[in-house]
Amino acid sequence: MSIAVDIRDAVKSYGPVTALHGVSLAIADNEFFTLLGPSGCGKTTLLRLIAGFETITSGEIRLFGQDIARLEPNHRPVNTVFQNYALFPHLTVLENVAFGLKMQGVDAATRHARAGKMLEMVHLSQFADRMPAQLSGGQQQRVALARALAPAPKVLLLDEPLSALDLKLRQAMRVELKQLQEDTGITFVFVTHDQEEALTMSDRIAVMSNGRVQQTGTARDIYEAPVNRFVADFIGETNLLQVDVDSVSEGRATLTLPGGHRITCPSASTTTGKHHLSIRPERLTISPEADLTATVDRVVYLGTDLQVIAHLEGGQPITLRLQNAARTTPPDPGQRIGLHLEEGAARLLAD
Amino acid sequence: MKGVRYYPGFLPLTILCLVVLYAPLAVVAVYSFNGSASITEWGGFSLRWYTDVFTGPEAVRFGQAAWNSLTIALIAATTATVIATAAALAMLRAGPFRGRQASFALINLPLMVPEIVIAVATLIFFSTIGLTTGYLTILLAHITFCIPFAYLPIAARLEGVEGTYEQAARDLYATRAQAFRLILLPLLMPGVISGWLLAFIISLDDFIITNFVKGAGMETLPTAIFGSVKQGIKPNIMAISTLMLLVSVLFVTAAYLINRKGRQAPATPGKTT
Ligand SMILES: Nc1ncnc2c1ncn2[C@@H]1O[C@H](COP(=O)(O)OP(=O)(O)OP(=O)(O)O)[C@@H](O)[C@H]1O
Ligand SMILES: [Mg+2]
Repeated sequence: MSIAVDIRDAVKSYGPVTALHGVSLAIADNEFFTLLGPSGCGKTTLLRLIAGFETITSGEIRLFGQDIARLEPNHRPVNTVFQNYALFPHLTVLENVAFGLKMQGVDAATRHARAGKMLEMVHLSQFADRMPAQLSGGQQQRVALARALAPAPKVLLLDEPLSALDLKLRQAMRVELKQLQEDTGITFVFVTHDQEEALTMSDRIAVMSNGRVQQTGTARDIYEAPVNRFVADFIGETNLLQVDVDSVSEGRATLTLPGGHRITCPSASTTTGKHHLSIRPERLTISPEADLTATVDRVVYLGTDLQVIAHLEGGQPITLRLQNAARTTPPDPGQRIGLHLEEGAARLLAD
Repeated sequence: MKGVRYYPGFLPLTILCLVVLYAPLAVVAVYSFNGSASITEWGGFSLRWYTDVFTGPEAVRFGQAAWNSLTIALIAATTATVIATAAALAMLRAGPFRGRQASFALINLPLMVPEIVIAVATLIFFSTIGLTTGYLTILLAHITFCIPFAYLPIAARLEGVEGTYEQAARDLYATRAQAFRLILLPLLMPGVISGWLLAFIISLDDFIITNFVKGAGMETLPTAIFGSVKQGIKPNIMAISTLMLLVSVLFVTAAYLINRKGRQAPATPGKTT
């Protein structure tokens, strides 16, 4: 498979502010690739560098092997779905969708036919003659999508396109976006700060923080094998326990849990001493063969799940999730429980 | 909190202000329809002074002056609007540059400097560079002082148009020029039109600067009226004044309506980054 977008050591500074500190990414052709990270981590900046709205301070950006770092936005075969849609308010929906083709010199009949097809694809054919202001937020979002897809770009950039929609619509659009990506075969680079969105849609995810890529991988990779504390904490829920590492070899660590129990688990760290151990709450079970002993503080009812909030001897908090099945009897507050770590539940992190 | 309407003396004060502002205008407008030649005694309703303006002994002089005023206002407003649009783009779209604050002050300074000072300075400048006063000098002076008036509504409008529209156009393969012509300019149009109308009115109305730089024998409507009034006020002056007032009111109303319509138009949906 060829590489669609190849970014090497991209640095972007705005005067004294450095938004990106050497980002390297290889996004494959026909991939749904997500940039995920908290607000201000540089996701939009990276997207704008690919689109050409900002010039890179140092580093390289290649599109299917071609160096595009110095090209004007109109010379890059890349289109963007803007966070606020940026539909042209004085043009009709159809004219908006046909705009890119018009600029490429496609004749009126052809471009209107293609724009009509695009509107059909996003189920908005009957709105072709409306003005953007006469559409709902969800409809505007689809117009923006149709407009960006109409010129058949090699890569589509999407900057938090779902963030202005309500929950139900957002969930429906996730499925639709993924379907659209598979149908068109266009590489999607999708920006979000919503991890659920990222996990459900993406082929691969790059987790960013503070202008750096922390980890790149499939949803399963980053959820089950986070490389550092930031990724483990940002993706899903996790317990971070301070532990003493006795020895590390070949990606596995032997360590002492609070309470004295010794275990061996996968490790992203290569040094001994004090480190953080990540334990996913749903991989802990209440069991007499205990690795940890805890005292229950509270049980929170979450519908599909029960969340048990407890603390270990020594005071470190620990949370577990039990499925709310018929046979589950939740523990009572104050009760002492033994916790068993399932295989793969724990992972030692680098800091 | 009580509204300002409830402060004691508010109503009489308001009425006083309105009377002082508008009573003279009303008197002029009413007496322009006076049947007698007196400017104080009412001699019944008549349109004779309006007829006099267009056919009377001074008709040719006023006609020439009106033509000068109109062509100068058209050219000055148009030129000033083009310059002001370019200035607004540079100030608000070119990103931070050295001397941005100073440029802003320079553009708007003419609004603060007393007109008489500008008039004297402009005259001295023209005579220094050896330009003979006349139509051209009036035109140059008008273009200059019209720029800030055209600039203000255009810049205000441009500030309200988000940069993402132009970026979206560029992203969709528009060149810089196409993005401006097809996207930004139409969105900017209400500001451009009201800037042009404002500049047009300011030019049409100007007396002080024009009077300094016009040279002998060259008249605009305001200087021609002033010339006539020096020989005593005749009712035909009131008719001309009323006509000018009418034109001004029409233009200002148009500017207001266009601006208001434009403000409602581009609703920006979604949230902004
Ligand atoms: N034009 C600019 N001038 C100066 N600093 C900027 C500029 N644009 C972005 N930054 C800074 O760069 C950093 C990254 O910004 P960016 O917009 O890429 O964040 P983001 O990850 O998209 O955040 P969000 O999720 O809030 O949209 C921020 O610290 C921001 O303050
Ligand atoms: Mg952003």
